[in-house]
Amino acid sequence: MIKLASLVPLFPLIGFLINGFFGKKLSKGLSGTIASLSILASFVLSVLIFIELNGSAEKSHVIDLFSWISSGTLNIPFEFLIDPLSSWFLLIITGIGFLIHIYSIGYMHDDEGFSRFFTYLNLFVFFMLLLVLGNNYLIMFIGWEGVGLCSYLLIGFWFKNTAYNNAARKAFVMNRIGDLGFLLGIILIFVTYGSISYDQVFVKAGTVDTSVVTAIALLLFIGAMGKSAQIPLYTWLPDAMAGPTPVSALIHAATMVTAGIFMVTRSNVFYSISDTAGMVVAVVGAATALFAATIGLLQNDIKKILAYSTVSQLGLMFLGLGVGAYSSSVFHVTTHAFFKALLFLGAGSVIHAMGGEQDIRKMGGLKGHIKITFLTMLIGTIAISGIPPFSGFFSKDEILAHVYEHNKVLWLVGMITSMLTAFYMFRMMFVTFWGKFRGTHSQEHHLHESPSTMTIPLIVLAILSVLGGALGLPEFWGTPNWMHHWLDEIIIRKNPSILHHDTEWTLMGLAVAGAVAVIYFAHMMYNKNKVLPAEKEEQLKPWQRLIYNKYWIDELYDAIVRKPLDLISEIFHKFLDIAMIDGIVNGVGMAVKGIGSGVRLLQQGNIGFYVVSMVLGAAFILLVTFLI
Amino acid sequence: MLGYTITQWLFGILSFLAIMFALMVVFSRNPVNSVLYLVLTFFCIAGHYILLNAQFLAIVHIVVYAGAIMVLFLFVIMLMNLNQNDEPQKTWLSKIIAAVAGGMLLFVFVGSLKGAEQLNLTAYGSSQIGTVKNLGKVLFSEFLFPFEIASVLLLAAMVGAIMIGKKETK
Amino acid sequence: MINSISINYYLLLSAVLFTIGAVGVMARRNSIIIFMCIELMLNAVNLLLVSFSTLHGDAKGQVFVFFIMAVAAAEVAVGLAILSMIYRNVKSIDTDLMTNLKN
Repeated sequence: MIKLASLVPLFPLIGFLINGFFGKKLSKGLSGTIASLSILASFVLSVLIFIELNGSAEKSHVIDLFSWISSGTLNIPFEFLIDPLSSWFLLIITGIGFLIHIYSIGYMHDDEGFSRFFTYLNLFVFFMLLLVLGNNYLIMFIGWEGVGLCSYLLIGFWFKNTAYNNAARKAFVMNRIGDLGFLLGIILIFVTYGSISYDQVFVKAGTVDTSVVTAIALLLFIGAMGKSAQIPLYTWLPDAMAGPTPVSALIHAATMVTAGIFMVTRSNVFYSISDTAGMVVAVVGAATALFAATIGLLQNDIKKILAYSTVSQLGLMFLGLGVGAYSSSVFHVTTHAFFKALLFLGAGSVIHAMGGEQDIRKMGGLKGHIKITFLTMLIGTIAISGIPPFSGFFSKDEILAHVYEHNKVLWLVGMITSMLTAFYMFRMMFVTFWGKFRGTHSQEHHLHESPSTMTIPLIVLAILSVLGGALGLPEFWGTPNWMHHWLDEIIIRKNPSILHHDTEWTLMGLAVAGAVAVIYFAHMMYNKNKVLPAEKEEQLKPWQRLIYNKYWIDELYDAIVRKPLDLISEIFHKFLDIAMIDGIVNGVGMAVKGIGSGVRLLQQGNIGFYVVSMVLGAAFILLVTFLI
Repeated sequence: MLGYTITQWLFGILSFLAIMFALMVVFSRNPVNSVLYLVLTFFCIAGHYILLNAQFLAIVHIVVYAGAIMVLFLFVIMLMNLNQNDEPQKTWLSKIIAAVAGGMLLFVFVGSLKGAEQLNLTAYGSSQIGTVKNLGKVLFSEFLFPFEIASVLLLAAMVGAIMIGKKETK
Repeated sequence: MINSISINYYLLLSAVLFTIGAVGVMARRNSIIIFMCIELMLNAVNLLLVSFSTLHGDAKGQVFVFFIMAVAAAEVAVGLAILSMIYRNVKSIDTDLMTNLKN
């Protein structure tokens, strides 16, 4: 089965081609079915690969497809690597991708771009699979760029709306900025080690000066900053909510944004060697986590709340990566994929029920009307808040334990972030589902539970969110940490935890207590005292207004980056483009015309003149040939 | 005689005559005079041919050129009644320009021939290269194809001339 | 006997005849005279070919002259036919009046 790993990305590619070329002619049902079946096929194959890998002693299989670039010392074969990390990500991508495909059949049912949507979705899955399967950085980069492209296509899916197009463009440009860093990192790797295949580079990683490794690690991390929305390249993710909700669930929660985590985990040797890089990653992650969590406190769009929560959780994952807790971060990626996809799909269900309304101030009391959505979203929220025995608790706690070992300040930041997360997530739940309905009459009549194509994935994801914790039970409970063992192979320099058991229990208790306290506080505020989010911005206090406006970061970027660029672009257009280049091109044309009209007068039709010119010409040629 | 051989004398006289008659062709007013001077030039050149052991060619030259082509020219001139002496002349400027151009051409020719080797014309093969027998042998063995094509060419020219010269049937 | 004349004299003679023909073409307005000067130029070349044929002892030069003569004859026939036609239409063979190709 492992030998057939090249089929895994092939199925979505075929789905993409079929839907891309014939989508308009197929019925909606057929189009959606083809797309979903292709992902299902990939999922089944991924499961088989996983089982086989589990049973085999050799944990790292390279599948050579063809020799791709071979010029001089640069030799890049097109190879896939099946090892614990990539096979696990295969499962996540194809599994959750499949569920979201099923959901999309219901969600996008009335949309006229139905087949186009599935075309892009399949293409996205193809590129994401390429990203995780590659055996060298260049194939990863292809997948990296490809998912960025699909993200652009899908964010701007409803392209008739200019604001959505701008959001898509913003996402793409910010991703590109990160990609520049990534590319520089790859080039530096090649220059330093002479190769960009994982097996060849990681073996020699420690043989060069630490500063070079730091540079590589930081450059690669810049790419991760862009793709996984860390400070300063995070502002595209909240705007990316302009895309359809399944897109937000798949790309901006479960898979694409985790590409950065995947990349750092794959390159863990660099971050282990260079403490500086690790510290930078951890600090950036922590700062992003806290920053985004504060912004999420006062958002009113249900998807924006989830978006900021995603940025915050990604920050937490990078914090874990920075301190060397690689398997913990991958564990958190997994559980986050479960409950964040669940939350997004649930939000989509809520929006569907509300007929397109996304503002939580206009919702309320929905728990009686859309029971399945409510229950599943509640499960997701409990999971993200880190309440045992739901999955989010185990993964978050593992990361925090490792962070505590490393740096107490960062641990404190992580703790505060978790508490803030619990707060604003339950704020969202309370305001949306409890209390009285605050929407219009027609919306109230319209409220209905979503069709089963949408609710079944919700249920499946809810079950996974509940049970997912079993993947990584803490060692000191006496139970084996399966995730840790599974990923042990790929971590080059081990960093075992040396915390005392009592400390671990204390940390756990603190986390749970903090979460429960915060939830109680939110309950008091929103349920008992019926505090509602402010209707207008003027009603907010100054510190609240700062947070509500996202610290005016977008405006800051506008002023610092966009306006100067626009100005430069304007100057170039006026002076270089129009005056110089057009001038030269047009000038050449006019010069030819002028010369032509001048030379034309030589043709007098007088034969005698022609003969004289002929003779003179012949004389000249002979002169040049023989006498000079 | 006088330090030059007969051959060199002959060469000198023939050349002088040829050049003189050529100049008369260009400078004479009356077109009929030009034709007659040209005929004389051809005779001189035929004399040169004989000097150069090209006997057959000399006779052919006279027959074809002086006998046929020049007669044709005369016919056409008679047809167009160009006997008048008041024939339009080019402007002085054009004549000067023509002379200058020609002079430059001559200058280039002479200049490029300046460094040429002084090779004496010896009859390598024999004095028989120009005889009918020898020429016929070469013509009909190596150059058979061009020879036949030349006949086709003459046919084409004949047909063409007739076609062009025909009066348009109303 | 021919040994006493070097090839250079023939080269020069040919060049001079050629130039005179060229000057004639440029300096005369009568088309027929121009034609005749073209014939003069052809003859200059013929002379040169024959002299080189004697120099190398190769009969090929004379064969070439043969063909040149044939072609010259054909060319004169056709050219004069054209000239007659022009005369019939324009009633003149003055080259300065034939400027239909102007611009």
